[in-house]
Amino acid sequence: MEIEVKQLKRASLVKVSGRVDSSNAPDLEKALKELMEQGQFRIVVDMSGLNFISSAGLRVLISAAKTCRRWNRGDVYLAALPQHIMETFELAGLTRVFKIFPDTVEAVGNL
Amino acid sequence: MEETSLYELTVPARFENLALIGDFISGVARRAGFDEKGVFNLQLACDEACTNVIEHAYGGGPGQIHIAVTVYPDRIQMEIHDTGRPFDPTTVRMPDLEAPLERRETGGLGLHFMRSIMDEVRFEFGECGNRLTMVKRRTP
Repeated sequence: MEIEVKQLKRASLVKVSGRVDSSNAPDLEKALKELMEQGQFRIVVDMSGLNFISSAGLRVLISAAKTCRRWNRGDVYLAALPQHIMETFELAGLTRVFKIFPDTVEAVGNL
Repeated sequence: MEETSLYELTVPARFENLALIGDFISGVARRAGFDEKGVFNLQLACDEACTNVIEHAYGGGPGQIHIAVTVYPDRIQMEIHDTGRPFDPTTVRMPDLEAPLERRETGGLGLHFMRSIMDEVRFEFGECGNRLTMVKRRTP
């Protein structure tokens, strides 16, 4: 898994690539927590380079979104989900509860 | 008549081996002719099962995971064996997939994935350890 964080004007952009499983989900959690501790609660996650995510990774995203949404201060926005990843979100009933965008440009533009 | 093929992998029960297990399952599933969606799903089911073994059966302690994948003409079967604590799937609460995010509990998703993806999921506990058998039939 690789994580790249970029600060945009209106949000933080987190690009997660490769494979997210129980071995590295804590690293993703740490990266998101660091942003939230800096007061960044509008987080766009670019998943275009993601090729695998297990429930361990989904748990991290659910938990981060819960924190970001508190007091309406933000959210975790998901962008550019590859097809199999989208199907995993569907299987978990998560496509209804996350805001999902076809790409990062659209995600950032809709904030 | 097509023959049956058996593939086996034994690895220390550590999270860092999940990627290796994933590569093994993907390789076998691809060779067995599953499409990329099928390959992904089999990898996901196996990852969730092995995560449970590492986390719950061995509680993060030392142990081995033995995986036997048998490819039959009409189905693929994954058997995952460990010698840790028995795991009672009936104690795991199924996630409420209709709940809003704020009320989502984060447990139970792994087992939900296994049950949704696979056609059969069977847990057995005995003196020789725990055996989880998961079967996926080929779609005609």
